[in-house]
Amino acid sequence: MSAVLRAQALGKRYKQRWALQNCDLDVPAGRVVGLVGPNGAGKSTLLNLACGMLTPTTGTIEVCGGRPATGPNQLAKVGFVAQDTPTYAALSIADHLRLGARLNPGWDDALARDRIRRLGLDLKQKAGRLSGGQRAQLALTLGIAKRPELLILDEPVAALDPLARREFMQDLMEAVAEHELSVVLSSHLVSDVERTCDYVIVLVDSRVQVAGDIDDLVACHHRLTGPRRDPDTLPAGQHIITASHTDRQTTLLVRTDTAVHDPAWTVHPLGLEDIVLAYMTRPADAVRDTRPALEVLR
Amino acid sequence: MIWLTWRQFRTQAAVMFAAVAALAVTLAVTGPQLADLYRTAGSSLVDQVSSSDQTVYYTGLLVVLAVPAVIGMFWGAPLISRELETGTHYLAWNQGVTRTRWLATKLGLGATAAMTAAGLTSLAVSWWSSPIDRAVNGGGATDTYFPRLDPVAFAARGVVPMAHAAFAFVLGVALGLVIRRTLAAMATTLVVYAAVQISVPLWIRPYLAAPDRTTVPIEPDGAPISIQEGAKQIVTHPEVPGAWVTSQQTLNAAGQLAPVPSSFADCLHTESGPPTLQQFDRCLADLGAQGYQQQVTYQPAGNFWALQWAETGLYLGLALALTGFCAWWIRRLT
Repeated sequence: MSAVLRAQALGKRYKQRWALQNCDLDVPAGRVVGLVGPNGAGKSTLLNLACGMLTPTTGTIEVCGGRPATGPNQLAKVGFVAQDTPTYAALSIADHLRLGARLNPGWDDALARDRIRRLGLDLKQKAGRLSGGQRAQLALTLGIAKRPELLILDEPVAALDPLARREFMQDLMEAVAEHELSVVLSSHLVSDVERTCDYVIVLVDSRVQVAGDIDDLVACHHRLTGPRRDPDTLPAGQHIITASHTDRQTTLLVRTDTAVHDPAWTVHPLGLEDIVLAYMTRPADAVRDTRPALEVLR
Repeated sequence: MIWLTWRQFRTQAAVMFAAVAALAVTLAVTGPQLADLYRTAGSSLVDQVSSSDQTVYYTGLLVVLAVPAVIGMFWGAPLISRELETGTHYLAWNQGVTRTRWLATKLGLGATAAMTAAGLTSLAVSWWSSPIDRAVNGGGATDTYFPRLDPVAFAARGVVPMAHAAFAFVLGVALGLVIRRTLAAMATTLVVYAAVQISVPLWIRPYLAAPDRTTVPIEPDGAPISIQEGAKQIVTHPEVPGAWVTSQQTLNAAGQLAPVPSSFADCLHTESGPPTLQQFDRCLADLGAQGYQQQVTYQPAGNFWALQWAETGLYLGLALALTGFCAWWIRRLT
């Protein structure tokens, strides 16, 4: 399958600080990708690089087969809903739809009007008077009605209350199913991603820690508990993500492509949240020393 | 893109053009009687202008001088800085239109509107003031009204206000793009524009057209003479109606540039109070007898349009350069 987003040695530096380093990604088309990581990890930077709001300091990024924002054709392929979902406060919803229609060759006006009607919004209302949830919905409508191949959403629900959050996500998923979009969305909440995405990228401290299909990730990560032992004695195929020890017991979180046969271990399955948290809490130097860039897991 | 630009701009444009229309109506009502007065009175018009017309004269002058500054501050500076401040550029730049085209449309429409507003204002004010301007150029007294070439009036007549407005607008846009804060960009635009408007007549405009030069003898009965800086400098006032004197220099008997000799100051020295008129005339006669003359460099009234077009070109060139800068900057803006 062709890649919707491909990055090689991608990096972005602001003055002295690296916001993103050594980022290699190959995200297949047709997926709903969740980008998770703590605040300040570089999620926004990666998404802004993908839509061309930022230009890379190092490396390359390709989205839908072209360099981001290099021309009208490329812009038409990618929809972007920015953080805090900015809209023109003085313009009405109808004005926003007209803006979309005037500025996008592939604009689907029927789709946009239908969405606004279903959301129960008044076309004459000024965007500045909308609630946070309504504003996010308006921004999403603009993003979808443009009919892009890839829709990028940067923390679209961060400012919403739990109910509006769930509604927004459900609505997004319906649109994705209906229009066969690829989606990349960022969130600092794993639960949002677990509910909606089938592919995850974990970004911590400006580096990609792990990226892959969620089912594959869940299948190959295990928690092992057993009598205390030195982690270095593990077989070659098992990579330790985190390790903790008590006087008698050792608990390891490992990634392995093969089954664990050692009878000394009790093997527990892991949820996505456990896996993501393990990658987030792992000491930063462990990443740099052992594996600077993890391969996509299959 | 034109639709969006217009949709965002129309309120500001409506306010400005309503104000221009109101001014034009006021001028159209009061203008004809001034023109009639000139037909009967000629250059002595300057002594017969009513006090209300005098107010209109100065108001018109101030309005034309202010329009480009207002355009730069209220149209130019917020144009992009407000988008950057509220984050709406994320929305605008992710539609199917490149940043460059987005900028080009905004600059094109805004600069056209700016030039139209300033051009109409200048046209109305120049037309209304033309009887007074002609009277002054024809030899009328200049103590109340400015010759058209005087730096104050020059920027409020003819075609230069259009170029000033285009420049102020693009300057505002460029500063907004760099500063990214609306209020700060507005204040900076005003300061920079004012600085340019002061610098150009001081250091650039005198050289935009070939000046005339005349040498005036220093004598009690010749052109009126005044002294400055404790008699170290002499200023003559030759009778050249409508001219803009750009420099005055004193020449010695050999025809070379020379400072005013100290003997002149000694001659004027008194125990107390200013020198008497007879003493002043005698000292001037002495100085003249030593061969000293005064060289006056000036732009004659006939150079008005040459200077207008040259300055228009200068400001439009600056505006174009700033446009190029904006296009370059917006592509690397992150």
